[in-house]
Amino acid sequence: MNTTSLKNFLVSFSGIAVLLFLYFPLVVIVLFSFNADTVNSFPIQHFSLKWYSVLFRDDELLQSIGTSISIALISTAVALLIGIPAAYAMHKYDFKGKKLIDKIVLMPITLPGIVTGVAMLSFFPFVGVKISLTAVTFGHITFLCAIVVTQMLARFKRLDPYLEQAAYDLGATPSATFFKVILPNIKTAIIGCVLLCLVLSMDEIPVTFFLIAGNNTLPLEIYAMMRRGITPEVNAISTLIFIFSTTAILLSMRLNKEK
Amino acid sequence: MKAWLRKYSLLLPLVVWLLVFLVLPYCFIFIQSFFETDSFGKTIPGVSIDSYQRAFSNSLYIGTIFRTLIYAVLVAFLCILLSLPLAYWIAFKVKRNKTLLYTLISLPLWVSYIIRAYAWKIILGKEGLLNTFLQWAHITDKPVEYFLYSTFSTIVCLVYILTPFVAIPIYTAFEQIPKSLIEAAKDLGAGSFTTFRKIIFPLALPGIISGGTFALVLTMGDFLSPLLLGGPNTLFISNIVQNLFGTSNDRPLGSAVGILILLLIFLILGIAARSEKKLSSLKSDSR
Repeated sequence: MNTTSLKNFLVSFSGIAVLLFLYFPLVVIVLFSFNADTVNSFPIQHFSLKWYSVLFRDDELLQSIGTSISIALISTAVALLIGIPAAYAMHKYDFKGKKLIDKIVLMPITLPGIVTGVAMLSFFPFVGVKISLTAVTFGHITFLCAIVVTQMLARFKRLDPYLEQAAYDLGATPSATFFKVILPNIKTAIIGCVLLCLVLSMDEIPVTFFLIAGNNTLPLEIYAMMRRGITPEVNAISTLIFIFSTTAILLSMRLNKEK
Repeated sequence: MKAWLRKYSLLLPLVVWLLVFLVLPYCFIFIQSFFETDSFGKTIPGVSIDSYQRAFSNSLYIGTIFRTLIYAVLVAFLCILLSLPLAYWIAFKVKRNKTLLYTLISLPLWVSYIIRAYAWKIILGKEGLLNTFLQWAHITDKPVEYFLYSTFSTIVCLVYILTPFVAIPIYTAFEQIPKSLIEAAKDLGAGSFTTFRKIIFPLALPGIISGGTFALVLTMGDFLSPLLLGGPNTLFISNIVQNLFGTSNDRPLGSAVGILILLLIFLILGIAARSEKKLSSLKSDSR
């Protein structure tokens, strides 16, 4: 091997090694979810679906999945209702403070979750939102607004400006234009955005951690299971979450790319 | 409906929501950081800089802020070190399926944080994958305890979780470098290392800085990795804030430390933005 091809090999090798590093832990979880043993040791002796059946008999875990799904559905719906009109206005009109809104809406993502979490924990009771699953839902709506506004704003920017013009020229009212012309055109982007929001809400920890009382959400239930000690059941539920999130995200990326 | 009325009615719900559930809470912890606590741990409204004085005079607070900053710099450095070959490989060596590989780097970003942290528990545990493998291969004869529940495992987990955040801006920066520039360097006889050092690295520096800043800032605000994988002595500043709002129940002090973290983060972001701007203007001058 001459030096150039050796160098090429080394560069590709280290690149691939880093990529494997990113996926190795996920592969480990999936493999060990089929491990019959209680200890996650090398090498795996027997494979079984035992931990998946344990999972479906764990009432607390099943309940937390239910809680997470309800919170995700409600907060996604509200974030879309608030976020899409606002994104449309930000796309269509110029006004003072547009940049400021843009900055503020992103704060739950750009600022550390711990600060957002304790800020909401301290303030929510003052506006009548008790620390509870309701508070968690309000917290989720707030950070999902960031996702909806940025995603939809990006989609509106790619929209053909003549489409709206043509609708107006043909005598459509602004609301008819929005519902009959714009909305059908951004349908796929909205579905992509919904999937993204659902995944993010189902996985959220930093804000949920501070606002929760009573029943756990799924990630916090897993957190509680982890604190009790390593149980292979966590491998099984993690594998299922991993499959769910990956499918939803890949689908969402795909939908967002459509024209 | 008049145009201005329509405009504001579209915006109003979002603006009101953000004001009540985001802006006011942030303002409130700023105000709360000037409150006092009585001897029973009850928060009393007032205007006092007592919390800030306590934060600065106790090494537990100010010392942990600096220690966390050092950890964050280390994490950012390691993330950049891993991202460079990964981004370089995809940008310059891979010819087909680039989009697929790009998707593969960004995908882990969206996979649940708790799962990715949990994986390291399986890998690094006392009876975990790495230890049992090392014993199986007769490299060690008893488990290495330091792997899990230590600062080591916390740093490993943070580097693992944050590497995609760093790799993406670096990859984007690599892709933006005109291929003609790299070919010109090669034509003039520069080897691939010289080309990297003199052309690629300087031109990609803004992307490297912005990626590193992501890792730095996100580590400063992370409380889960140390909580899940840290040992008794692993203490990040966010864990202190979490404690002050939880078991210790000293909200004014917790708010003050939170505000200090925010100020430090703004400072880092400011410095990063300035140096990125400076570098980009240098770049356009040289063109």
